[in-house]
Amino acid sequence: VILRVCTWLGAMPWSIALRESLWVYPLIETVHVLALCLFLGFALLLDLRLLGLALRRTPVTDIMRSVMPWTWTGFVLMVISGVLLFYSDPVKFYGNPYFRLKLATLAAAGLNGWIFHVTVYRGVSAWDDAPVTPRRARLAGVLSLLLWSAIVILGRLIAYESL
Amino acid sequence: MNRFDVVQQFCAWCYNTPLASAIRDSTWLFPAIEASHLLGLALLGGTVLIVDLRLLGWGLRRQTVADVATGVRGWMTAGLIVMLTSGALLFASEAMKCYDSGPFRLKMLSLALALLFTFTIRRRHLARAMHTTHANSEIATGRKDRLVAMASLSLWSSVGLMGRAIGFW
Repeated sequence: VILRVCTWLGAMPWSIALRESLWVYPLIETVHVLALCLFLGFALLLDLRLLGLALRRTPVTDIMRSVMPWTWTGFVLMVISGVLLFYSDPVKFYGNPYFRLKLATLAAAGLNGWIFHVTVYRGVSAWDDAPVTPRRARLAGVLSLLLWSAIVILGRLIAYESL
Repeated sequence: MNRFDVVQQFCAWCYNTPLASAIRDSTWLFPAIEASHLLGLALLGGTVLIVDLRLLGWGLRRQTVADVATGVRGWMTAGLIVMLTSGALLFASEAMKCYDSGPFRLKMLSLALALLFTFTIRRRHLARAMHTTHANSEIATGRKDRLVAMASLSLWSSVGLMGRAIGFW
């Protein structure tokens, strides 16, 4: 069924236009890579703060509040450009094992973030200023670092399908 | 022998080193190094951006410039080391292609300028902020702060854009 949807998407005129375009595809790729700085750069900083390895003197909520708008901007750019890259050749991406693994890892990273927000982050007022955060917050930080690194590696590997 | 012959010979020498041919011969080394180059990009990008955004007054306004700058300094250096090492390896493995690439030359030029700016003007500016923590505390960002941040952001974005362009020309 998914393959049928992918075939249908890939046959749409916009998808074909995207696939064959000389400029638009590289442009979208560029947006995808440069938004990485904004989104991943700030996500890594937050993880390092949770681990007590960066910005130790800055309250966690302060980082969240001021960095989140930029992180979300980066995230939205990454998702839009990512969806467009997929849309340019759905059947090829669907068949790529690294692409499937990347999606699964993305889901895991999202789950990790969601669990962090609904559990230990609820009680942040108790450890906002602490240089080193509670064990579960540190665990979320480590998991996020590992998952996002894996996502970057898998993303790169999509281009080397035969590996 | 003119100066371009020297550069070309240097590129040829890099290309022929055992390390460079090992990267070319391996199927997975090149993508692995590319992935570390991207992870370094996230680290360097995030740490440069957060300080520049603070200088612009667009984030972490309740922290002093000095606090933000000291809080991420080690990671910025780490990101830079990862980027330069992985970048040098990527270059060596395809040095002859890079020698002919216009975007690559432009990238090296903007990289040199960005590094020069970061380790002279920007560093001195941040060091001054650290010595005058009290006067500089709270929200205050001056015209000079904003100029330094804008220059830093434009220099590093051009490095990134040129890097992306290498793959297209």
